[in-house]
Amino acid sequence: MPVSFPMPEAKHADSVGLVFPQVRHFDEPLTLDCGVTLPSYELCFETYGELNAARDNAVLICHALSGDAHAAGYHDEENSKPGWWDNCIGPGKPIDTDRFFVVCSNNLGGCGGSSGPLSLKPGSDKRYGPDFPIVTVHDWVASQARLADELGITQWAAAMGGSLGAMQVLQWSIDFPARVRHALVIAAAPRLSTQNIAFNEVARQAIRSDPDFHEGHYVEHGVMPERGLRLARMVGHITYLSDDVLHAKFGRELRDGKINFNFGVEFQIESYLRYQGEAFVSRFDANTYLLMTKSLDYFDPAAEFGDSLTAALAGCQARFLVVSFSSDWRFSPKRSREIVRALLDNDLDVSYVDIESELGHDSFLLPIPQYHKLLRAYFDRIATSA
Amino acid sequence: MQGLRAEQVLIADWITEGSRVLDLGCGDGQLLAALQAQKGVTGYGIEIDPDNIVSCIKRGVNVIHSDLDAGLSEFDANSFDFVIMTQTIQAMRFPHRLIDEMLRIGRESIVTFPNMGHWKCRLQFLHGKMPVTRHLPNTWYDTANIHMCTLSDFEDLCAEKHLQVLERAPVDSQHRAVPGMRLWPNLLAEIAVYRIKRRG
Repeated sequence: MPVSFPMPEAKHADSVGLVFPQVRHFDEPLTLDCGVTLPSYELCFETYGELNAARDNAVLICHALSGDAHAAGYHDEENSKPGWWDNCIGPGKPIDTDRFFVVCSNNLGGCGGSSGPLSLKPGSDKRYGPDFPIVTVHDWVASQARLADELGITQWAAAMGGSLGAMQVLQWSIDFPARVRHALVIAAAPRLSTQNIAFNEVARQAIRSDPDFHEGHYVEHGVMPERGLRLARMVGHITYLSDDVLHAKFGRELRDGKINFNFGVEFQIESYLRYQGEAFVSRFDANTYLLMTKSLDYFDPAAEFGDSLTAALAGCQARFLVVSFSSDWRFSPKRSREIVRALLDNDLDVSYVDIESELGHDSFLLPIPQYHKLLRAYFDRIATSA
Repeated sequence: MQGLRAEQVLIADWITEGSRVLDLGCGDGQLLAALQAQKGVTGYGIEIDPDNIVSCIKRGVNVIHSDLDAGLSEFDANSFDFVIMTQTIQAMRFPHRLIDEMLRIGRESIVTFPNMGHWKCRLQFLHGKMPVTRHLPNTWYDTANIHMCTLSDFEDLCAEKHLQVLERAPVDSQHRAVPGMRLWPNLLAEIAVYRIKRRG
């Protein structure tokens, strides 16, 4: 599978280089948790590195709310924005693509090439739009397991993800205990708090109350609920960062150096949030945002086990690394410790680390030295003890 | 037990094959790694220092990042055969409560600490000074060791808590039992190693 080759420039020496997304079509129907059956679906994914002969060096990367399959490398030489976890994945990086075969797929319902609201309904020239069924983390795992089958991977050396991606890793280790050797659960929670759900609802209402939403049929109307999606992202973004880091970055700095007594952009933070909202609108679909926040809200593996997370994790066979970040208030260290506690109750192999960071929930995507040192050590161990 | 500090060799001797061990303040994970490899034990280390945690990960030791002063409520009662704490108790805010916790979680506990009753310490007290020795190299104003005790003090605490001392190894800095140790342990031991359990 010649899907990546190095870029010529020296600045990309530790990059996986140019990469190309692939699409796999699945004809076997998939019945979702909501009861709807998808007659067929497609998953868009990228791979980096080589699958070894024993097929035991595959690492699954699960993306977060707004992520996609493009985790590392570059799509073209001109527009050189790297994949969303490029600082972590590549030759000589913590997830060393000289040793591991890395797979990242866009989740079902996404807008990054997998079947989702922007896809055409099978056998029709109409897009799903708002009719794409609500998918759960469990559905994602089920759909991904078929991709693993296709790629000839019976067991992941490791499954790894941050935030929503970490929940997916947890679900993998519950649904397919024998298929996950190591589970890296980063900046996660065993289920959303009431406050988390509240924030998601604000984001959804922002989108749904946009006059351009048209009950989700905005594409047919030739518009996008841009204002709503922008607002949703702005709210989300505030929760991804800590108060301290916002203060350090922007303080109360005024763009014009003085108060103008109007409702234009005055404080730097306002300008930053608008920029984040704008950038998001150009690359993300509103219906997908609604779906993704719903699957976050619904995620609760303990629910099927009498609200006992311990019982939910009882069948797991993976070794776990749970990581939290000190200033993350969206999924605080306390939430990670709930997962750790349930793993300890089951006498499972688990290590837990709380990384000192001022950067809030977003820390999991950033190259914080102590964090990457830890990941490097953990993956070294996986590589040498395989 | 290669590569272990003498004190750790002593502890390793007391740990039974295949037991479940919790090591409080496990440092770089050396003791647990050796116990895993040579005695087939399973369990976890608890550590607060980030670099030590990375060392544990490198050795394949399960490590939980935690502040012992915040308690051990994550662990169920009687979930370990041994709860070990080496050279850490003197730095705890509430050593007596931690000992209670250790014996709630574990069947037995192994505790080691520097002995403030050693003659070198006593000599410095006689000169009106807080002791500074090879084992206690820090000055009084810059030390993590806030709850120093002697063998005698520790055994008083055990008596008060109705704990049974199963084994005691008073040793010198090389972890040997020097001549006279049996007669005057509190005077000659630089390090005290205890194995304790609840009575009854």
